[in-house]
Amino acid sequence: MKRFSLLSPRAGAAFITPAGLLVGAFVIVPFFWVIYVSFTNRTLLGRTALNPEFVGLANYLELFSPHRFLDPGQFGFSLVLTIQFVLFSALLGQAALGMALAWLLQQVPKPVKAMTETVVIGAWILPEVVIGFAWFAFLDYDGGTLNGMLDAVGLPRGDWLLDYPFWVIVVFNTWRGTAFSMMLFNSAFASIPPSYFQAADVAGASSWQKFRDIGLPLIRGHVVTDLILITMWTFNVFTPFLLTKGGPGNQTEVLSIYTYRVAFRDFDFGKGAAVGVVVMLINLAFALFYLWVARKRTPGGAA
Amino acid sequence: MASVKFENVTKRFGGFTATEGLDFEVGDGEFVCLLGPSGCGKTTTLRMMAGLETPSEGKVWIGERDVTRVHPKDRGISMVFQDYALYPHMALADNIAYPLKVRGQPRPERHAEAQRVADVLQIGHLLDRMPAQISGGQQQRTSLARALVTPSDVYLFDEPLSNLDAKLRLDARGFLNHLQRDMGITAVYVTHDQAEAMALATRIAVMDRGRIVQYAPPLEIYRRPATTFVANFVGNPPMNLIEAEARIEGGQLHLQAPGLHLAPLPVPAALATRAPGRLTLGVRPEHLALAAPGAANRIEGRLFANENMGPETLVTVTRTEGEARLTARIFTDEAPRLSGAVAFGFEARHLHLFDAEGLRVPGDGE
Repeated sequence: MKRFSLLSPRAGAAFITPAGLLVGAFVIVPFFWVIYVSFTNRTLLGRTALNPEFVGLANYLELFSPHRFLDPGQFGFSLVLTIQFVLFSALLGQAALGMALAWLLQQVPKPVKAMTETVVIGAWILPEVVIGFAWFAFLDYDGGTLNGMLDAVGLPRGDWLLDYPFWVIVVFNTWRGTAFSMMLFNSAFASIPPSYFQAADVAGASSWQKFRDIGLPLIRGHVVTDLILITMWTFNVFTPFLLTKGGPGNQTEVLSIYTYRVAFRDFDFGKGAAVGVVVMLINLAFALFYLWVARKRTPGGAA
Repeated sequence: MASVKFENVTKRFGGFTATEGLDFEVGDGEFVCLLGPSGCGKTTTLRMMAGLETPSEGKVWIGERDVTRVHPKDRGISMVFQDYALYPHMALADNIAYPLKVRGQPRPERHAEAQRVADVLQIGHLLDRMPAQISGGQQQRTSLARALVTPSDVYLFDEPLSNLDAKLRLDARGFLNHLQRDMGITAVYVTHDQAEAMALATRIAVMDRGRIVQYAPPLEIYRRPATTFVANFVGNPPMNLIEAEARIEGGQLHLQAPGLHLAPLPVPAALATRAPGRLTLGVRPEHLALAAPGAANRIEGRLFANENMGPETLVTVTRTEGEARLTARIFTDEAPRLSGAVAFGFEARHLHLFDAEGLRVPGDGE
């Protein structure tokens, strides 16, 4: 097949060079740099700052050292915490809630639907810092909106950030990300011919039957895509730091925050890099699984 | 089985009026076709019967029950959709049995029932296929089977044959006709194909711009179209309509139009008391024949097209320059090689008269 192009190869190369240099400098070089650093004992200060030594797998062995693996503040603790975080805030929170909302949106009048979409999108496009501050203000013990509301109806106030830090970040991340799942499922439902649901209506199907028998099976591909994407995002999300800074203690130190602490607070670059590499491998596994699933469902055409 | 009744039903979508003041009844066991061009409101009418749309005004009755605001599932109806609405992820058996599944029938029973209906529709051997693996005609029958698998009071069809190619459409039409005779179901059937409506219906409701312009048995519609719109819509090719100057002189009706030679007619009772002015004259292509020389009633023009359809030939002439065409349907065996001037003869009893508003002027004895 003949290929048509707007530009000569030389002009094309000239246009792509700046972007290529940037990607090289800020993505590709750090990628290999991190792998290299993870095999050294490099630190920010002291003797090993300038002359790091090659330490082999020492950093990795330390991460996975069996007798402290699950202690608070250790890699294993953060890994388990992150898995719980993903389970509750991504799968149960964002995906399930997003699905429920998307399905409900199919059966409400158009103006209600449009308004809900606008509000939800609003939550989705706000900058992280703004949201972090808003939630901080919402949950604050003394002047927080939530406690103010509880006072108003005569319920006891709570020190949410101190007493329930894990559930705070779960609710926060659910609130933050449900919009994405909802919009994705919403447009997936919208792509199903309306006559499918009308035929089911005439046949006498309830809303739940329509969801189970028609809606869900026909958007299965979108559900898989969504689950994998939000799992990866939640796995790497750093925003909970704005609320709890990983604390109190290490109670909300998910992997991204753990990595940050090791590398940029303890200044143990070597160990931090090793964590980064492990997280990268986990993400790679997710990505490969995603590509495999995506490829598997394309030839059938029944997305 | 049940009847369907519309009482002054109007449906508006925003500023657009889809149907206006619909008032008609479908009798028990009738097969009624809603016939009209696209946008005439026929599908909206059907969807209001199904409960997929709610009337802005008026009432819908099924049997003795006011169902205006009743959910589709509680109306005792089945519906066949234009796109068939087969579920691509279910095998045919599950598609057909779906209405039984939502009613909670156990799997073996509902599959047995699906098998029974599928056998009647001659798709019984395809039940484990997926919808994408069968032909358009088979898909059409599958959607029909799904509608028939539950006994319903009224069966609704939304242009069920319009996605089939011409030959399959004829097959499916004959099959539907047979089914209707066999089962005696009450059915309402939406179509824009007048031949389909003629072939299937016990009564046809011809719709135009949201209103029913004529509601009558097919032959009545064909023989006595109520308006020029109906005359023009039913019949293939449609009725020839000729604008004519009319005057009453010496107790007889004289009609004048370019190329028209017509012996004076007796004055229809409806015109006796008013000055006719302009009338529209209608004559069906099959009632025109090549005129014998000197025939009293004839229309002359110049040959425009000569289309041989096999057993018959469509001969089209222009009466005046460029405009005002006229088509005759003539047995091919009787059609010589034509050229230049052509004259068609006809009998006065085959003429239809319409007044200036396009309404039929009843002939004597109507």
